[in-house]
Amino acid sequence: MKVYLVAGLLSLFISSLALAGEYDLTVDRVKIDTGDFVKDGIGYNGKSPGPVMRFKEGENVRINVTNNLDEMTSIHWHGLILPFDQDGVPGISFPGIKPGEIFTYEFPIQQAGTYWFHSHSGFQEPDGAYGSIVIEPEGREPFRYDREYVVQLTDKHPHSGDRIMRNLKMMTDYYNRDQQTVGEFFSDVSENGFMNTVRDRMAWGGMRMMKADVEDVHGFTGLINGKGPDQNWTGLFEPGERIRLRFINSSAMTYFDIRIPGLDMTVVQADGNNVQPVSVDEFRIGVAETYDVIVRPKDEQAYTIFAESMGRSGYARATLAPEKGMEGAVPPMREPARLTMADMGGMPGMDHGSMSGMDHGNMDMSSSGDMSGMDHSNMGSMDHSNMEGMDHSNMKDMDHSGMSGMDHGSMAMGKEEKNDPFYAKGSGLMPKAANGGKFLSYADLKAQDPLYEDREPTREIELRLTGNMERYTWSINGVKYEDADPIRLKYGERVRFKFVNETMMTHPMHLHGMWSILDVGAGQWNPIKHTVSVNPGTTVYMETEVDEPGQWAFHCHLSYHAAAGMFRKVIVEGGPESTQAKTDVIAEDGGEA
Amino acid sequence: MSCIRSLVVSSLFASIGFSTAVTAQEMISDTTDRKQPLTTWGVQFEEFEYRYSDDDEELGVWNADAFYGTDDLKFRVLTAGEYGIEEQAYETLENQLVAQVPISRFFDAKAGIRFDTPEGPDRTYAVLGFAGLAPQWFEVDASLYVSKDGDTSTEIDAEYELLLTNYWILYATFDATVAFSEDREIGVGKGLVSTETGLRVRYDLVDRAFSPYVGVVHERKYGDTADFAQADGGGREDWFAVIGARIVF
Repeated sequence: MKVYLVAGLLSLFISSLALAGEYDLTVDRVKIDTGDFVKDGIGYNGKSPGPVMRFKEGENVRINVTNNLDEMTSIHWHGLILPFDQDGVPGISFPGIKPGEIFTYEFPIQQAGTYWFHSHSGFQEPDGAYGSIVIEPEGREPFRYDREYVVQLTDKHPHSGDRIMRNLKMMTDYYNRDQQTVGEFFSDVSENGFMNTVRDRMAWGGMRMMKADVEDVHGFTGLINGKGPDQNWTGLFEPGERIRLRFINSSAMTYFDIRIPGLDMTVVQADGNNVQPVSVDEFRIGVAETYDVIVRPKDEQAYTIFAESMGRSGYARATLAPEKGMEGAVPPMREPARLTMADMGGMPGMDHGSMSGMDHGNMDMSSSGDMSGMDHSNMGSMDHSNMEGMDHSNMKDMDHSGMSGMDHGSMAMGKEEKNDPFYAKGSGLMPKAANGGKFLSYADLKAQDPLYEDREPTREIELRLTGNMERYTWSINGVKYEDADPIRLKYGERVRFKFVNETMMTHPMHLHGMWSILDVGAGQWNPIKHTVSVNPGTTVYMETEVDEPGQWAFHCHLSYHAAAGMFRKVIVEGGPESTQAKTDVIAEDGGEA
Repeated sequence: MSCIRSLVVSSLFASIGFSTAVTAQEMISDTTDRKQPLTTWGVQFEEFEYRYSDDDEELGVWNADAFYGTDDLKFRVLTAGEYGIEEQAYETLENQLVAQVPISRFFDAKAGIRFDTPEGPDRTYAVLGFAGLAPQWFEVDASLYVSKDGDTSTEIDAEYELLLTNYWILYATFDATVAFSEDREIGVGKGLVSTETGLRVRYDLVDRAFSPYVGVVHERKYGDTADFAQADGGGREDWFAVIGARIVF
């Protein structure tokens, strides 16, 4: 241990002297051409997306950011571990970068992997202010590849971020064009019978919730590295080569289901951290997440990278090919997703009494038997996190007390069903691979080389993810950011965060500055992430070693949810001496348990 | 080895002088817009239409509102009018300014004033009411009006949309007014005053911003109000064919 320490120190010290990279970024007004439309936006160094910033682990970077806009800007280095005043969140890390100002970021690079950067001011990020970061590790990587590409996705919308926010506030379904129609009513009638369909519509209408409420913002063009489906970004390869694809989801609002028909993908990294390799046919990438996969195309043919949005309202497409101009087949999008009652399971006080006799066929329960009169209202605190593989023996933490009358015997869960434990049982969002194969689950993510020793958390903080779709308000524990006190953590503690999603939307929760150790039930092999997606009707746990002093942002990474209030400031109290002498401002802010 | 990262990092700071960078910046209070209530606005012409009645009467009709405010408090201006094209006069012209606050998950309470300035006598009322989304997707708006002279009346307005497709939308509107006292001067009798029922089909041509529609509207007056109308040379009942557009900015 001591030897490591000295060696580590020495190598870091030496490399830090040797490597001091200077980089320049300008923030500019740009034109963005998606192939479907051209719009004004914001970019870096004259382009959106901005450049790939290539750093080396151990390097000290100086990044000079010139604001050429006529408004304030900022750059947040998403996923990077750095001093809080370099984190780039106006009002939390620093005041922001004024028009015409050159701001110099300066911080040591203490990690490797795939990350990204974006503006944290207003809606500049949805308007195009984002780019990617690739950090080369000091040591050898536990996997091999012959070439690499950044594959950065976004959901480019013809409207500006401000306008989208205002439209959503005015009419929450402004952009939703996959709502249930009269035609769908009749097709449901022929499938499930008239009375069942009427009861189903009445149950949802009673809640004033829409089954089609999967994506708030439709009408975007999916871009990969700034190219629309018709512009078809193409990465070249020689057959037989291993290609590392660094997928980054820089969307404002959209989750993507990604597959490359004809190729197996081996996931080797999630959110910049190496994971034990897992081979998949398809994976879902939440907003702000990154996944690195390795593919090995053996044939002299073009392969399509196909990224359908989770709600199937749009897609992005790119190509891997041995030569420019070659194209693979572009598959059609699958049917639009529909939420089920299972996705409403987190809503407190929701009376599902009217569900008796309702069609449970949608709920993936092989034999729905005797569920009439089942009351879901007490299921708000149900813990799905330990339900890995749907083995009931692991479900000891699940509180069934409120579920009397529900006959589990007839539910026959776990019979050959490949359910992802990170989705509510029977969720309409349950991912399925297009080819029937393996779909990546959070439960598959195991750290390659744990960064932290596993230890008991010192305390638990419950964060209920709350909102009101009709008013388009989003909050944590029912309180919007504007009304909220900061969350106070103590340097040196290990906090267990319990996310309870009480809404019917998926929220990618991003804690700045410190790692989120996602509890997948793998103990010390739990993966570390910067963004943790919490599906509707589920409870997800993550732990954080509070090892960075200062104050940090903690929010849902869906741009319009964060702006509507699903956002918190986190204050880390205490820490190394250098950061302790600043409690005066902190004292004014109050605190949240 | 990785557990010692913070140690390594802090000594790294010390060695290359990053600690100064950290202390140079005081922890700040968030005074950005993000920490302020989100202010938003909107303008909507729910109806902007030409009506042609079964007695060859022609009307220009609108029903619009504009709001400005936050989640907790909105100000809303409502305006509705019927303009007789041949008479070149406003048959009705109703303006309201109300403040609106949320009272439940799906409903707002509202209070303000209403100022009617059609052809003929003007009226000023105090307005108290609620508006929101009722179960099964009925948009409901209910108001109680009290005039300067103490005449009270109530109006309830409901709307329901049926999606033929995601762009072709059939919607029904129903509006009823009940007066608790007579106001002969403006032709209002006690009891159920009038109803207006509409059925329209719209097509969302430009986002939800511009949606042309066609439809039918049935207006009926009841009881004393109908008698007053007949005495003044009007009818009890009208059927209209309508063409217009819903406009949202």
